[in-house]
Amino acid sequence: MGKPSLRMKEFWRGGELFVWMTASGVAISLLMVAGMLVLIMFNGLGQFWPGTLQQVTLKTQETVIGHLVGEETIPHSMTTDALLGQRRFRYRVGNRDQFGSEYRWINESEIASISAPDDLVFVERREWGPAYGRISLAAESTAATNADGSAWSTIETLVDRANQLRQRIEHLEREDIGSINYRIEKARLARQTLVLKGANNPASFEADRRLVEQIAALEREYLSKTDALEQLHKEATQEVVLLTLSTGRSVRLSLDQVLAVSRPNAMNGFEKAVAYVRNLWHFVSGEPREANTEGGIFPAIFGTVLMVFLMTLAVMPFGVMAAVYLREYAKQGPLVRLVRIAVNNLAGVPSIVFGVFGLAFFVYALGGTIDQILFPESLPNPTFGTGGILWASLTLALLTVPVVIVATEEGLSAVPRDFREGSVGLGATKFETIRHVILPCALPGILTGLILAMARAAGEVAPLMLTGVVKLAPALPLDEYLPFLHLERKFMHLGFHIYDVGFQSPNVEAAKPMVYMTTLILILVVVLLNLAAVMLRNRLRKRFATSAV
Amino acid sequence: MEVQSDRMTVTAPKVSLRPAISPSRLASPQRAFGSPVQTKISVRDLDFYYGHRQALFHVGLTIRSHSVTAFIGPSGCGKSTLLRCLNRMNDLVEGARPVGRVELDGMDIYDPAIDVTDLRKRVGMVFQKSNPFPKSIYDNVAYGPRLHGIKDKRSLDERVQHSLQGAGLWDEVKDRLQHSAVGLSGGQQQRLCIARALAVQPEVILMDEPCSALDPIATGKIEELIYSLKETYTVVIVTHNMQQAARVSDQCGFFLMGELVEFGDTKTIFTTPRDKRTEDYITGRFG
Repeated sequence: MGKPSLRMKEFWRGGELFVWMTASGVAISLLMVAGMLVLIMFNGLGQFWPGTLQQVTLKTQETVIGHLVGEETIPHSMTTDALLGQRRFRYRVGNRDQFGSEYRWINESEIASISAPDDLVFVERREWGPAYGRISLAAESTAATNADGSAWSTIETLVDRANQLRQRIEHLEREDIGSINYRIEKARLARQTLVLKGANNPASFEADRRLVEQIAALEREYLSKTDALEQLHKEATQEVVLLTLSTGRSVRLSLDQVLAVSRPNAMNGFEKAVAYVRNLWHFVSGEPREANTEGGIFPAIFGTVLMVFLMTLAVMPFGVMAAVYLREYAKQGPLVRLVRIAVNNLAGVPSIVFGVFGLAFFVYALGGTIDQILFPESLPNPTFGTGGILWASLTLALLTVPVVIVATEEGLSAVPRDFREGSVGLGATKFETIRHVILPCALPGILTGLILAMARAAGEVAPLMLTGVVKLAPALPLDEYLPFLHLERKFMHLGFHIYDVGFQSPNVEAAKPMVYMTTLILILVVVLLNLAAVMLRNRLRKRFATSAV
Repeated sequence: MEVQSDRMTVTAPKVSLRPAISPSRLASPQRAFGSPVQTKISVRDLDFYYGHRQALFHVGLTIRSHSVTAFIGPSGCGKSTLLRCLNRMNDLVEGARPVGRVELDGMDIYDPAIDVTDLRKRVGMVFQKSNPFPKSIYDNVAYGPRLHGIKDKRSLDERVQHSLQGAGLWDEVKDRLQHSAVGLSGGQQQRLCIARALAVQPEVILMDEPCSALDPIATGKIEELIYSLKETYTVVIVTHNMQQAARVSDQCGFFLMGELVEFGDTKTIFTTPRDKRTEDYITGRFG
């Protein structure tokens, strides 16, 4: 009797159970994170794989062409007893413009046969989502068939050409016409400035006349460019292919609508891998289409990174300076303690509160004032008096400044007293000591604060929605027109993009993989930014290693 | 470099402590032949408080130029406090308050008009725990000269070499000046700290138990160094080790409970102490 209870006592005293508990805590946390990553990757990365296209023949002799995207047991509420326990399959059949819906459920019992013929084609279109079917040249097509004579390779060539044409059109629209518009707007604002100055001497009349002439010349140039554009558009719409749907009906498909055609069933593994990488690249580097549910997310990636960068530029000097004052100069007492408590509490304020503050202070008060003083000519259109990347970054800087202050203070207090005394003993002032000895030694701690701040900032969405994020920004905040960095512009952000694509889009089902993929990219961006800072910190740690002997 | 501002100094115009011709700029041999009994530092009736606690009681002594003066006594007797009064390092301690006079070459160093950084440039310090900055060996030694406005690469190089030679470290590190100082051994680090102090060309060097963390061989090297330093500098050393005090110092002060019990020539104190307490401490009967 005595022995087992003794062993139990040993067991409790030895803390075996405690070790198990702590270890399982770690294990559960790791499992949750790994599970999340796997789920996101599984759901997101799959969409770029050119999967097998199936042709399903139903017992009613109807055919359906599409990708199998899901299956389930028919839910009780929807079944008669006859179908109980049966399975049904979900197909993406595309052709939203023709069928009304992109997806279709098919009960297992309705299926007569399933095949995967090589000639099934997957067409990525500019509008209306993907199309599935068989493709052939239109009867009136003037295009010479390729040397090998096959219709497919001719179509591929035609699609390539159409893409080149589209690029030329885009270039014309964006570069040439964009720059003309930019110059017209500048001239218009210059005229407005003259009006505002109230100048009515001959010199200003002369200046105004010149501006009017300039605008007229630019408008003529604009017209000639639009003519060229018209021409290109005509050329692009010339080529037409016939798409035969699963219903047997043929529709005409103008090639300027076609982004890519592929026959996944005819591809081998390597070709599929190449197509996969290409699709992935288009996603990361492309512009969004179709209310963000298709195309790429490059503007959102760019906006996120630029915003984090601007936020860093704003938050680091302020945070570090505040921490240096609090730790090195301020007389430690109740007041400083109070300030410290306030700073710590600031870190816990809900982010939307910062968003409201940013809107009221930065956007309306500060931005409105800037507009009145610096950009009166473009009023009533706001320049800085509306949400923009600058105000969003500053709002986030405000949000993250407590993190930087706390981490910097930790770093400063970790610098050994010996260093201070050594430096002061050599005749250095306090300022010189801080600058040459303490701050360099505290740099790793400061960078830790930066890492935490960046991680927090990259993931915030709520305050951004009030201060400058939009679902579709017409232009990146960085371009080739002076002053290159347009801080007043609205921007796109990965976090907001996820919300917008997932919950605000007209085609929620089709957008689901996009949501996962965008999430994955957001995680990647945060991880990469942090890795960069961690690497910098480790290099500095090595340089300022303080361990003696 | 411009006159440095420091939190401790008041707004009164700063007066340089340095005489028109700095004694340290004179060649050392001449100084060695100078009058050996010249007073460098004199402490007069100094009381010292940390907040409400009094750490020093009516301390008075004079330190001769170009000599080694040792402060001995048990822990907490106030010898380090006195040492740190001599270059106002105690200013860094919150609530520290000296009452009395400390004179360097006849000028009161607690005069509000004194430039503290200038004082610390003249009165250098080496600490108990070696504290090289986490920089290269070169940058450690060049730190002080750079602060005081030497930018020219060649004169910096010369200063660094001269200081490292003065601290007896040059031969050991001359091939790795750009390596981190943290990689040196304990004894080397302490000699580097001495070199760093020498590089600002002080007149007085204060050493706060410089050997307490070192092995006997490193200690021996530092003691030799101290002995040679008095050619050029006035050295004040605090030590726990009475043999060390006997070996290196010319004058010696014995402290107990914040009081200076006895001060005089080392030989006299160690052979014929006037005070009973000194005798007890030296012979190891307590402490």
